[in-house]
Amino acid sequence: MIVKSLRETMLGMWSLLVGMKVTAVNFKSTQITVHYPREVVHSLEGYRGHIELVPSDEDPYKPKCIACNNCVRICPSACISLTAIKPKKKAAEKTEAPDSADEVKTKGKKEAPAKKAKPELESFVCDYNYCCLCGLCVQSCPTGALRYSSNVYLAGFTRQEFVLDLLSRLQNQAQKKEQ
Amino acid sequence: MNLDLRLDTSGDFYARKFQPTKREDTLILNMGPQHPSTHGVLRIILEIDGEYILRAEPVLGYIHRMHEKMAEVMSYPQYLPNPARTDYLHGLAWNWAHVAAVERLMGLEVPERAEYIRVITCELNRITSHLLWWGAYLLDLGAFTPIMYAFDDRERIQDILQRITGSRLTYCYYRFGGVSNDIDDRFIEETRKQCSRMKPRFKMFKDLVTDNFILRKRVEEIGEIPADTCRKYGATGPVLRGSGVPYDVRRAEPYSVYDRFDFNIPSYDTCDAMGRYLVRMDEMQESIKIIEQALDTLPEGDYIMPKAPKKPKPPAGDVYFALEGARGKIGFHLVSDGDKSPYRLKLRAPGFSNLSLFSEVSEGVLIADAVSILGSLDLVIPEIDR
Amino acid sequence: MIEAIPTQFIIIFVGLLAVMAFVGLNAIVLVYLERKVAGFIHRRPGPYEVGPPCFPHGILQPFADGLKLVGKQLFTPRGADSILFWLAPMISIAPAIVCFIVIPFGPHLQIVNTNVGLVLILAFTGINVLALCLAGWASQNKYGLIGAARDISQGVAYEIPLLLVVLSVVFMTGTFNLFDIADGQGAWPWQWYIFYQPLAFVIFFICALAETNRNPFDLPEAESELTAGFHTEYSGMGFACFFLAEYAYMVVASCIIAILFLGGFQGPVLPGVWWFLAKVYVLLLIMIWIRWTFPRVRFDQLLNICWKWLIPLAVLNLLITLAVIAI
Repeated sequence: MIVKSLRETMLGMWSLLVGMKVTAVNFKSTQITVHYPREVVHSLEGYRGHIELVPSDEDPYKPKCIACNNCVRICPSACISLTAIKPKKKAAEKTEAPDSADEVKTKGKKEAPAKKAKPELESFVCDYNYCCLCGLCVQSCPTGALRYSSNVYLAGFTRQEFVLDLLSRLQNQAQKKEQ
Repeated sequence: MNLDLRLDTSGDFYARKFQPTKREDTLILNMGPQHPSTHGVLRIILEIDGEYILRAEPVLGYIHRMHEKMAEVMSYPQYLPNPARTDYLHGLAWNWAHVAAVERLMGLEVPERAEYIRVITCELNRITSHLLWWGAYLLDLGAFTPIMYAFDDRERIQDILQRITGSRLTYCYYRFGGVSNDIDDRFIEETRKQCSRMKPRFKMFKDLVTDNFILRKRVEEIGEIPADTCRKYGATGPVLRGSGVPYDVRRAEPYSVYDRFDFNIPSYDTCDAMGRYLVRMDEMQESIKIIEQALDTLPEGDYIMPKAPKKPKPPAGDVYFALEGARGKIGFHLVSDGDKSPYRLKLRAPGFSNLSLFSEVSEGVLIADAVSILGSLDLVIPEIDR
Repeated sequence: MIEAIPTQFIIIFVGLLAVMAFVGLNAIVLVYLERKVAGFIHRRPGPYEVGPPCFPHGILQPFADGLKLVGKQLFTPRGADSILFWLAPMISIAPAIVCFIVIPFGPHLQIVNTNVGLVLILAFTGINVLALCLAGWASQNKYGLIGAARDISQGVAYEIPLLLVVLSVVFMTGTFNLFDIADGQGAWPWQWYIFYQPLAFVIFFICALAETNRNPFDLPEAESELTAGFHTEYSGMGFACFFLAEYAYMVVASCIIAILFLGGFQGPVLPGVWWFLAKVYVLLLIMIWIRWTFPRVRFDQLLNICWKWLIPLAVLNLLITLAVIAI
């Protein structure tokens, strides 16, 4: 009885030493921390960030989006809202569309009239505060006009900063590419 | 010092309902909802005599988010992200239970490759869940280092899963009729590497923790739950298997392709916290075995049905689908009236049943043991409250 | 005028100031050391970012921590006994500083050389138990109360084997004078008392861990059971005092172990002070290492270890020592 208890205690003490050896080995081994501001993680491929618009093949300033509202309907948290200008019959009226009509848009519109006119995207807003990153909008898009950004470095002070205007983001990206 | 104030129990509704017994020398202790060892927002009201617990009563509902009701107002695809938010540690299993329930009701035939992908990712997720439990449990017992080692491996697995599923914690990966992304060679290679990396790690975990004298004294013969008690409360998963009943849904009613893999169902009949601890440690190794087999026999083909329904409208009727999560049997009872959203959805959360036996088991134990028992049940409060 | 004051008082006064500085410095070093060691054991860098680039590896972290604690609001919970509540941290820290007065840091570096140095230290460290008890009781918190109860039974129980092993060393040397005990040992490791009294060393070390409430015996503040035990309600400097006292008592315990078993300031080649500090810091490192390795024992197990193992072994050790001395 006493022998057994003594033996158990001795074995127990030995196990404590084994445990201390494990921590000692780890103490000496290399660190695995990524020192964030100086280094960044590179495994962002496949990361599902907030959505962004895919530029169309012809014009990097124009989204592929046809404003079908599929994404708006499927979004579980109703965080996407888009508005589009209904296409008018005459091309002439189109140029007088009440938007800012910068040169980008007119350029796009000049090419458009050949086909049956599609709705022009006016704004595409993703309220990232509510987004649950499920990716259903991307999958429901019939034209593949949405994709995930790998924008993980998001931080802000107000909620308003996370209401993302994706159309202007697209145009900024296109501008950056040109430069 | 005003002694009446110290013994004042006129707190909120629950504290008032929890009247002290006729003994006058007891103390009502309110553990939680903000307490380091209740993992989130579980609240337990204890009546203690010295350090011995006379009665314990869990109070639930602090993170109730109406996940069942939400299903009734959302279409089927819209509900996809929700299940993973109930049990955020084993999100893929819940995700799977949801899609599989709908698939069973609609009679969809999932491609074989998709089933294999589901098995691999779900088992990877199970390992991350058990790793986190392991670390958090040791944190409950006062050792801080293991959680860091557990997170080392967990982060690597999450990196692997993130590439494929797009998220690290609350996955929304499975779709009706398949999965949303195909896996590639890099995924397979990384998973294999991680599997072979994990094997020596288990030995380290064993040396550092499982064999540790102090830990053994803290978990052995603590919180004995006889198999009968488990049956009475409907406890499943590692809690049941730690009580000597080798019941695992993967084996008992094989879903998906689990019947093709060779793996053991670890069970220990010591019925104590150590039994539950060892079951989880063994289960991680079994998961690795399953993953390696699945990677070896991964068939080619579609990762999602060619005509997967985008807006499923299951026929009227009801279906029950159960699968084995990290915490036990996850059940989805889906009642459809043929509309685009379910008529009623009932989620069976294993943690709820596992928690319910706590008040019976914790009678007469020390506070420290109660913490140990609570940890060994592996509770995820959002899953319990749903 | 100045001649009227006995030189002894002046020495003690200056010494106390020096000791306070030493305690503060030690706390700063130990906080940093503890966090760095913990970090390395976890395979992370520990504190790293605090301070401008000219202070790399976050060596300003302890100062930042200290500033934060100083700047925090002092908060007395409703219904707490405010006098006892704020007295407790002071009672906790004050004796710790007094203890250092009698410790011989080197052959010529000791503030007061008294024949009852060891007894003085054992007596003053005992006061800490009272402080923690008051803190737990006065803070009107049930967790604090349980923490205080735990602390008393733990502290009282572990004083016994501590005293018994100290006695066996005292019987060997025949003195309570710390300087004489250290002086009695040789410069070389095989002349230290750890080789004559290995069991006593182990028992003393375990008791020191328990008396200073270090993991695996940190039950009065067991954070997973009692949130923070006796100092649950303390904020700012109240908490800092307990924190400081914990580190101070760790240093005191290491000093005594170094003197009793490791030859104190004795050592070859280097001057005694450096040997003493080296020994103390090795012991502190082992304490930190243990803290970041083991889980916490349960309360009844803690007392079982004491009453069923340490006390009988200590008595046995004492008897053997006496027998050997008698022969």
